[in-house]
Amino acid sequence: MNNFMRNMTATAVIAMFGFAGQAMSTELVVVSWGGAYTASQQNAYHAPYMKKNPGIKIINDDSAGSAVAKLRAMKQAGNTTWDLVDAVASDAMMLCDEGLIDEIDHDSALAAGADGSSATEDFGDFIVSPCFIPQIVYSTTFGYRKDKVSKPMTSVCDVFDLKTFPGKRSLEKKPINNMEWALICDGVSPSKVYDVLETDAGVSQAFAKLDTIKSKVVWWTAGAQTPQLLADGEVVVGSTYNGRLFALIEEQKQPVAMLWDWQVFDLDGWVVPTGGKNKAETMKYLKFATDTQRLADQAKFISYGPTRASSAPLVGKHAKLGIAMAPHMPTDPNNAKTTLLFNYEFWADNRDDLDAKFNAWLLK
Amino acid sequence: MEKIKENIPLVTADGTPLKISLARAQRRSKIVAFMMVFPLLLFITIAFIGPIADMLMLSIDNTIVKEILPKSTEALQSWDEYSGELPDEAVFAAIVADIKKAKATKQHTKIGSRFNYESSGFSSLFRKTGRNVKKIKTPPYKEALIKSDKRWGEIYTWQVIKQNSSSYTDGYYLAASDYKREFSSGNIKSLESKDSIYLKLFFRTIVLSSLITFLTFVIGFPLSYMLSQVSTRISNILIIFVLLPFWTSLLVRTTSWIALLQQEGVINDFLILVGFINEEGRLAMIHNATGTVVAMTHILLPFMILPLFSVMKTIPKSYVRAAVSLGAHPWKAFWKVYFPNTGPGIGAGSILVFILAIGYYITPALVGGSSGTFISNRIAYHISSSLNWGLGAALGVILLGIVLALFMLYDRIVGIDNMKLG
Repeated sequence: MNNFMRNMTATAVIAMFGFAGQAMSTELVVVSWGGAYTASQQNAYHAPYMKKNPGIKIINDDSAGSAVAKLRAMKQAGNTTWDLVDAVASDAMMLCDEGLIDEIDHDSALAAGADGSSATEDFGDFIVSPCFIPQIVYSTTFGYRKDKVSKPMTSVCDVFDLKTFPGKRSLEKKPINNMEWALICDGVSPSKVYDVLETDAGVSQAFAKLDTIKSKVVWWTAGAQTPQLLADGEVVVGSTYNGRLFALIEEQKQPVAMLWDWQVFDLDGWVVPTGGKNKAETMKYLKFATDTQRLADQAKFISYGPTRASSAPLVGKHAKLGIAMAPHMPTDPNNAKTTLLFNYEFWADNRDDLDAKFNAWLLK
Repeated sequence: MEKIKENIPLVTADGTPLKISLARAQRRSKIVAFMMVFPLLLFITIAFIGPIADMLMLSIDNTIVKEILPKSTEALQSWDEYSGELPDEAVFAAIVADIKKAKATKQHTKIGSRFNYESSGFSSLFRKTGRNVKKIKTPPYKEALIKSDKRWGEIYTWQVIKQNSSSYTDGYYLAASDYKREFSSGNIKSLESKDSIYLKLFFRTIVLSSLITFLTFVIGFPLSYMLSQVSTRISNILIIFVLLPFWTSLLVRTTSWIALLQQEGVINDFLILVGFINEEGRLAMIHNATGTVVAMTHILLPFMILPLFSVMKTIPKSYVRAAVSLGAHPWKAFWKVYFPNTGPGIGAGSILVFILAIGYYITPALVGGSSGTFISNRIAYHISSSLNWGLGAALGVILLGIVLALFMLYDRIVGIDNMKLG
């Protein structure tokens, strides 16, 4: 009995310590996209912040892909477990319209630019919604196997050219971007692409163009799939987010080259769910993670462009490889000769409809 | 003459009839048994059946429209949608008031999305109107609203709103069966074949799942037979080989199949090495239905082997020996005596594999390409990406209905009581 009592007391004491230890540190749940992108955020934002504030523990959750659905479900359940979410601009607009995320007063909540400008001036046009805190500019573009093509690919229409560049392609399993590229390569003027896509004839035209390569396409749903397919040699050219291609080319030294022609820009940024449990801590963290130096720092780990004007001159070299990052940015003038900006209005209205048609087309 | 005694029922010692006494005693033990199971039943109802039923109700739930547009839906009752005329000023006033309130409570885009599922363009209509409605302060509302967006001046817009105003909707079930309602006439029309995906997907899901069940049976039965016939020591070791993959993460198993089956993968390289095929003829075994079938057969194999193994272990070896000693050829003894005894195990294994296969969506998403995806992929898409929970729920209900129908068919043919897990 004595032994038993001693063991029980010891367990109780240890449990109490454990409890107390937990109560001391606040945990912030930060939701992002996983892979090389989350790694860059961990290195540039989370780790330095946790070092400065030992009482805070930041936990990464990789389910930003289904952020809107999860936040809706959390609101219905009345239990929001996320503190900060990395969302693309179109998701952020949807969430803001539904009142699922907080409106932010950018000038008071965020740090001023290192060049003296206020936050709203520094971010400029990238603040596409009052609830959205821009973080990076990224683009969806192509990478191709240098060693498997007869000559370097220079145009996005090379993706549709099976004669000169035989082999498989990998495209995102969504109509977004694929329809625009198909129309541009079918002779539609880039400025009129969305007008044409609004018509039924335009949609059929895009599908007809995609039909020419359909049997050779591997469809991806996660950003990490195309880099893997390129590395395996399974596809000759594939689309994905430009930062993933950078990691593939520079860090993993695969024989892949970038095809920047008609890359599609999009914005990625932070949103704060209403009903999050650690608001004060989250806002403090946000002020740190979105200041000029931090946004320039994340460019040291992945080739996404910072949205602050004051961060651009601070973009330097890759933290591990030592190469200059500026030429790898999607916004670099050499890469950004032909670009499209994600058309939020068009896709917000037509996404459901076109997606149903796209999936029907896939099944044929 | 003695009176013929009537058939007096048997009585117990205290005079009550035996039948009643027995029923009473049995009732007590039945109540005790029920009380033992009751906590579990309660738990399953609250944590499982309740939420699922709630989710499935989403497939007909349309109360969102009455909630967000209460005045408009009421005002529209008196409007004849086939008259060829726009609604009158009162309806316009009602919708302006409703949208103003919806904008304040941040619900105007939700209602726009709801109508967008029925007819595209409504998302932008409600979002734009929500932005501009604060400028409309005084009547006449009709001109002001039509000026802010000319779609409000189209009868079609109002037809869509009116025909989707009731608390319950069949729109999701129509979409899930590849039909749609033509709002200008109120008729139901089937979608053109180039737009109809769900019936094809249901068919493909059932066919491929049946194929997978059959393949797991063909591979699993000999394996289980061998496991049950060898000595216990050896079978214990061999069963680890069945269980180890079972305990490995599902994603690891799926991605290892990708490495094996892809065009530049191990199997293709091996076949080229041996000379079966040449460089141009590399087999496409993945990103199509073949990949799905192969990967899922591998993943679901333990679910067939384990029930079969448990049942086979309980079949006395003396049965087959007795049949042979009575003159049957060993093969005949196997088919006539042994095989029917494994029936319950086959039933249990098949049901497990089939129902799991129908619901899987991770493996088909990764290795199925576009010809090997299941209906569950679309349900997952609607729940997490397109956020059309009504359609996802409708598809789920239809899938549940198909599974229940197949289950009843199974019961008719094999009998549920004829199912053993060991």
